[in-house]
Amino acid sequence: MDFVATDTQAMLRDTADRLVRDRYDFEERKKIVASEDGFSRKLWKELAELGLLGIEIPEEQGGSGGSFADVAVVLESFGKGLVVEPYLSTVVLGAGLIAAAGWEAQKHDILPKVASGDMLLALAYTEAHSRYALNHVATKARKDGAGYVIDGHKAVVLGADTADKLIVSARTSGEVGDATGISLFLVDPKAEGVSMRVYPNLDDRRAAEVTFDGVKVEASALVGAEGDGLRPLEAAIDRGAAAVGCEALGAMGALNALTLDYLKTRMQFGRPIGKFQVLQHRMADMVMAEQQARSMLFLAIEQADAKDPAARAQAISAAKAQIDACGQVVGRGAIQLQGGIAMTMEYIAGHFFRRLTALEKMMGDRDYHLERFAI
Amino acid sequence: MDLKYPDEAQKFAEEVREFARAELPAAIKDKVIRHAKMSPDAQIYWQRKLCERGWACPGWPKQYGGPGFTPLQRHVFDNVMSEEGAPPAVPFGESMIAPVLFHVGSEAQKKELLPRIRTLEYWFCQGFSEPGAGSDLASLKTRAVRDGDEWVINGQKTWTSYAQFANMMFCLVRTDPDAKQQEGISMMVFPMSLPGITVRPIITMDGGHSVNETFFDNVRVPASSLIGEVNKGWTYAKLLLGHERTSIARIGQSKRELRMLKTLAADQGTGGASLLDKPAFRTKVAELEMELLALEITALRVLAQEGSPGVEANLLKIKGSEIQQTLTELLIDAVGPYALPFDPNRGVGLGNMDYIGPDEAAALGPTYLSTRVVTIYGGSNEIQRNIIAKSLGL
Repeated sequence: MDFVATDTQAMLRDTADRLVRDRYDFEERKKIVASEDGFSRKLWKELAELGLLGIEIPEEQGGSGGSFADVAVVLESFGKGLVVEPYLSTVVLGAGLIAAAGWEAQKHDILPKVASGDMLLALAYTEAHSRYALNHVATKARKDGAGYVIDGHKAVVLGADTADKLIVSARTSGEVGDATGISLFLVDPKAEGVSMRVYPNLDDRRAAEVTFDGVKVEASALVGAEGDGLRPLEAAIDRGAAAVGCEALGAMGALNALTLDYLKTRMQFGRPIGKFQVLQHRMADMVMAEQQARSMLFLAIEQADAKDPAARAQAISAAKAQIDACGQVVGRGAIQLQGGIAMTMEYIAGHFFRRLTALEKMMGDRDYHLERFAI
Repeated sequence: MDLKYPDEAQKFAEEVREFARAELPAAIKDKVIRHAKMSPDAQIYWQRKLCERGWACPGWPKQYGGPGFTPLQRHVFDNVMSEEGAPPAVPFGESMIAPVLFHVGSEAQKKELLPRIRTLEYWFCQGFSEPGAGSDLASLKTRAVRDGDEWVINGQKTWTSYAQFANMMFCLVRTDPDAKQQEGISMMVFPMSLPGITVRPIITMDGGHSVNETFFDNVRVPASSLIGEVNKGWTYAKLLLGHERTSIARIGQSKRELRMLKTLAADQGTGGASLLDKPAFRTKVAELEMELLALEITALRVLAQEGSPGVEANLLKIKGSEIQQTLTELLIDAVGPYALPFDPNRGVGLGNMDYIGPDEAAALGPTYLSTRVVTIYGGSNEIQRNIIAKSLGL
């Protein structure tokens, strides 16, 4: 495990941190969340210009050919800033999946546009009754001439409302829970038969319930081979789990700093409340949680793109379950130690807590990963 | 498992349950279950129903218009009503200032205030916390200065629950800035409509509006607003907070939520399987249920004691609040990805087709967030533990 940041990573951290600090303060973020798209397209363009959207995309497709470890650095900064831009859905899940499993033509078509900030993606894989199981696919794609017709419903699709392309898991054969027979399709969200119900998630990012009613796609919409979609989907969601871990760590770090500052400055009973031992111990637990989370994140980053799916799954699950638990230690502790003020919408602590709570529920919750690790 | 009450109490429980099922409108029950904000109209509607039945203000003695329940009847009443999803009483008048009035209120105050508190014609809010006085309540700075037959109040209160609905406030003010902190505080009661009182909403992280800031700018209240003696307010506040701690355990509510958790979890696994078949989840539910059972028995033991509760009141607050939080954690765990959609209205007023995920899910995320407050308010759990430790001679 490499604990030392590369020069590239140090530079990326610097860039992303500066962006968050200068362009994403609490007031600015409020405006962005309340805007029509729920994120800033202007900022998205800037991310493209800074090279942050194409970190992993090969150079010949407009990116810089970096690794997931490079992306991780940016994600941690975005966690500190509670960024709502569709980075997770477009760059990590969407572009990551196309790069790993897409046909050459799809890579050429999509990846440069992602890197330049001209295309947004969303991965539609959860269903109303799937919980976190990726093989539980009831959405159907049946052959229709040279193409396919898709029918079904996808749930809590992150970033669906602003995506230019959806990547949809649908069953081309077999039964609902089978591992084989799942295929991935690129679907235009404006196509006839696609409808959405859009809502904000707990952490101010938007998601949607997406219904596919006789949606026609060409054969070229198929990502990878027919019926072979589960493996790349699992790989994408494992990367997603590592990515939300990075965000969680960023949020934990910022929140701990905030809480610590509060303990040192909030006066009650004639002294800073940080002088009370019971609060000191809780703060110490929160800092330990952040450190344990950081350690597990090294494991997750190392294994995010591992070739052996079983080893990867176990490492990612260990990391996600641990980070989820740490996130709640830090989040709940921050609210308790800062008291009433931390319950309010006008103070940032509660927003970190909301983000940490949402991240726990994304890409498999703690119980899901505990079980997957234990098997 | 359910505790068995003695036969007499069991019969009473059935009577209360029957009443709640017959009289409680579904729309009100739905809001209670979602922890959604109750409109004053709904709250008043239910209070008047209880008045008609003679069950309003269940903690009050008969002489003041209460039902004169025995302690066990009171427990059964609160529990069954909560289990059935009846709105919890607005506590500020009925359970907080009223017991103080019983002890130290003047006859005129009792005569004016108590009957109106009972019908909710007077909706009270609590002016205690200030921006600089939270856990250290005795450091409060809002000043009241005597001027002829009036007091003139200046300062600021915060976390004023439902001040937007309240027409009356009981308030702690500093009347002697030179005395030792606790000895210069007085308690006053006055209308919210007085000139110089401004209420500003505080929106909480669940998107709800239940608390406010309240500002006082040369607010003139009559001398008769004083409760009990001048500079004795701290003693009355302690009496009042003791009452808050007993009702804060919310055992009936937790029993209702435990039942909801089990029902919900029964088909939230992949493909509609039961989460209760998963050992990890099942164990967490079992642990919670046992904690709750122990707490209810503790509450019954407290009721069986003579005199006012000691550290048991602190125990009820600590354990009751922790159980409430654990329940909200398990409830969001139960719905998994459907805990993510955020609706600050908690799904109230949506038709069945419009819910995102299972019917109850829309309320669970906001409730998880808002329930973080239960270990903070009413004397934080850290303060409660300090009190227990102190009583042990530590």
